[in-house]
Amino acid sequence: MQVNEKEFKPLIVAFCCNWCSYAGADLSGTNRLNYPANVKIIRVPCSCRVNPMFVLRAFQRGADGVILCGCHPGDCHYTTGNYYTRRRMTLLFSMLDYLGIERDRTRVEWVSAAEGAKFAATMNDFVATVTRLGENKRLEDLRCKKQ
Amino acid sequence: MQRIGVFVCWCGSNIAATVDVKQVAETLKSEPGVVFAADYQYMCSEAGQNLIKDAIRDHKLTGVVICSCSPRMHEATFRKTAAAAGLNPYMVEIANIREQCSWIHKDKAVATEKAIILGRAAIAKVHLNAPLTPGESPVTKRALVIGGGIAGIQTALDIAEAGFPVDIVEKQPTIGGKMAQLDKTFPTLDCAACILTPKMVDAAQHENIHIYAYSEVEEVKGFVGNFSVTIRKKARMVDPVKCTGCGLCTEKCPMKKVPNEFNLGMNNRSAIYIPFAQAVPKVATIDPAYCIKMKTGKCGLCSTVCEAGAIDYTQQDELVEEQYGAIVVATGYNPIKLDQFDEFAYAQSPDVITSLEFERLTNAAGPTAGTLLRPSDGKHPHTIVFVQCVGSRCDGGKGKSYCSKICCMYTAKHAMLTREKYPDTDVYVFYIDVRTPGKNFDEFYRRAVEEYGVHYIKGMVGKVAPQADGTLLVQGSDLIENRQLRLNADLVVLAAAIEPDASARPLATKLTASMDTNDFFTEAHPKLRPVESPTAGIFLSGACQGPKDIPETVSQASAAAAKVIGLLVKDKLKGNPCVAHSNEMMCNGCSSCEKVCPYGAITYVDKEFRMPDRTTAIRRVASVNPAVCQGCGACTVACPSGAMDLNGFSNSQIMAEVDAICK
Ligand SMILES: Cc1cc2nc3c(=O)[nH]c(=O)nc-3n(C[C@H](O)[C@H](O)[C@H](O)COP(=O)(O)OP(=O)(O)OC[C@H]3O[C@@H](n4cnc5c(N)ncnc54)[C@H](O)[C@@H]3O)c2cc1C
Ligand code: SF4
Ligand code: SF4
Ligand code: FES
Repeated sequence: MQVNEKEFKPLIVAFCCNWCSYAGADLSGTNRLNYPANVKIIRVPCSCRVNPMFVLRAFQRGADGVILCGCHPGDCHYTTGNYYTRRRMTLLFSMLDYLGIERDRTRVEWVSAAEGAKFAATMNDFVATVTRLGENKRLEDLRCKKQ
Repeated sequence: MQRIGVFVCWCGSNIAATVDVKQVAETLKSEPGVVFAADYQYMCSEAGQNLIKDAIRDHKLTGVVICSCSPRMHEATFRKTAAAAGLNPYMVEIANIREQCSWIHKDKAVATEKAIILGRAAIAKVHLNAPLTPGESPVTKRALVIGGGIAGIQTALDIAEAGFPVDIVEKQPTIGGKMAQLDKTFPTLDCAACILTPKMVDAAQHENIHIYAYSEVEEVKGFVGNFSVTIRKKARMVDPVKCTGCGLCTEKCPMKKVPNEFNLGMNNRSAIYIPFAQAVPKVATIDPAYCIKMKTGKCGLCSTVCEAGAIDYTQQDELVEEQYGAIVVATGYNPIKLDQFDEFAYAQSPDVITSLEFERLTNAAGPTAGTLLRPSDGKHPHTIVFVQCVGSRCDGGKGKSYCSKICCMYTAKHAMLTREKYPDTDVYVFYIDVRTPGKNFDEFYRRAVEEYGVHYIKGMVGKVAPQADGTLLVQGSDLIENRQLRLNADLVVLAAAIEPDASARPLATKLTASMDTNDFFTEAHPKLRPVESPTAGIFLSGACQGPKDIPETVSQASAAAAKVIGLLVKDKLKGNPCVAHSNEMMCNGCSSCEKVCPYGAITYVDKEFRMPDRTTAIRRVASVNPAVCQGCGACTVACPSGAMDLNGFSNSQIMAEVDAICK
């Protein structure tokens, strides 16, 4: 693959649940822990609010990686939401893998409100992984492409 | 088309130092629908809020985007601002350009570009916002306290004093908790019973307090202000109204070989029993595991001797349903089981005891009437070794990684009291650290060492071995002298780590209250909201939230009461309007949503629909109860027909955000 790793900045969409991971992301900000600006966070009430449709749409619109963050199993504010997430996303990610969106472009990660450092570390790691994979061209709708 | 105003905050230099706020405002001004854009030093200040209000009125804004700190900080503030200017508060969206932008990026160009994209996403979302009105729900002006230890009693008394009715649900036959088992209490050494029992009586006699003793919480439904709780009143086989607590039955009962749990099994009680003399309520209870009548049908002696006619062998568990506005958890703690700590020979020797057993051995109402005697032979011990941190600060898996906090102090208390009463006894304390940060705590510990001559040894005990002559060989290390020690002790007292009550985890599930990895209840904010659970309407009191001594327990108990009172004085509570709703035209009544809803908010109704051919048909469709729905969104994803959607986080809104970010 001919991707210049220095130049290529992947576009990452991160869905974060309001109660744990969004707060964890805030905490990493409060503690001034850096992670790349190409990560853009969308706040959802619970990780289980993320419809597979949203993930597909992100890839279709040119995202290079999608990550879902929620409370640790057992800690979901709504008790069971993240269990749904875990099962749903396992299915979706393997289907995406089949379609050619590599398994490493998608991730589910549990980050609590107290884990600012984990949030930053997770994002750094995810960005590095997706950077190595290069641009996502599989699902991308060419009509959405910037000229 | 919405008329949107964009307000970019500098947050002093917090945002402005790394984000070019002027450029953000300028760029976002040309987004579709944006009719006004401004930047200001502190949007949350009075002047900043006035700027927003004026713009809403002057430019007839229908939507507002604020590029500022996290919505977790000021979403509520800016919603109020919008409402004050006549705009529906749910027409406000926040772009988080501080915690999630300016504070994590150093390069101004990069941060500015990201801030613009986050602003665009918020604008795209606001285009699809609709005005929402929170439902109002009444507040049931009654509180439930689960657990009747000192924490639960204090919380109940404070709430009752403020004029609200409170129920205490206690699973044991009496309230009082662990404090009722203690002898004297640090740091003042007043006797636990003398300060606790008057409070127990106050609680029993208070007109606003009702005690459900020997009862447990079976089921919890509802939400803040409107909980409906089913309480299981376990069968006592004794009518609590008729029973006078005279205790005649307990004397006459022929089954006297039941380990007495109040004395931690160090003596026996009868099958019908009153836990201790000051029990509240003072009512007898039959232990069905030992009662001869219950097991074989014969006996029935207690019923013949009871003059009040209170015994009823046919009594069944009873379920009662009560309504509450607030629930306080006060389920306390227990010392851990020491089965896994073979090295201390706890299971092998009766003379290796826990600190709580030590409390009973020195308590005037305990198995030895307060004289310190060895459990094995009833002789006075001349050498006592105390071991601290048994299972605390222990990472090996068999113990707890945390500090149990109370053991240093009660061990100093035990050592000091022993030396005071029995000056001929040698007392050794093995410790890792002595932690005494409370008020007058260090003075207390120093008195034990300096005035009472307790031998404190910094080091660990490796092994306790029972000897043929009945003594216990204690092998330990002295880290300061750097040598191995071998002591012959008559009694070894283990300061066992404490852990949450085993019933706390299932209770947390019923309450949807969260717990930490050690099963202590978590607080809404560790510093700023320490007595509230993250689940609205659930409050925390005492050692169920973390290890605590009595002074700390009581302060937290009163703090929780203050929060409950603050809730119960309200007549109405505003709900969260970001709830699910289903589009009846699209719903096919498949029941997928109902199955995933953790709150049972979804029911089905049969509705009449007009069909294209002018006939009418009755179809089953989903209907969400907005007062019960908590807005998680699980149902929206489960719905195969796309009928279910969530206010405030709708499918189209989130898609619009995705599109804006990926543009
Ligand atoms: C050996 C020892 C010595 C101590 N000495 C001192 C001292 O000298 N000074 C001091 O300040 N502190 C001392 N403490 C600490 C003191 O015991 C605690 O601070 C205090 O008891 C905490 O009160 P609580 O009400 O939170 O918990 P608890 O006393 O444990 O009360 C909890 C109550 O809730 C009930 N309960 C539990 N689960 C449920 C349920 N699911 N449903 C209904 N009811 C339930 C329990 O039966 C119990 O009655 C000592 C502790 C130990 C172990
Ligand atoms: S959003 Fe959650 S709580 Fe509300 S109805 Fe759907 S599943 Fe139930
Ligand atoms: S899942 Fe969708 S279609 Fe099925 S009952 Fe619920 S709202 Fe109707
Ligand atoms: S609220 Fe965080 S995963 Fe459900």
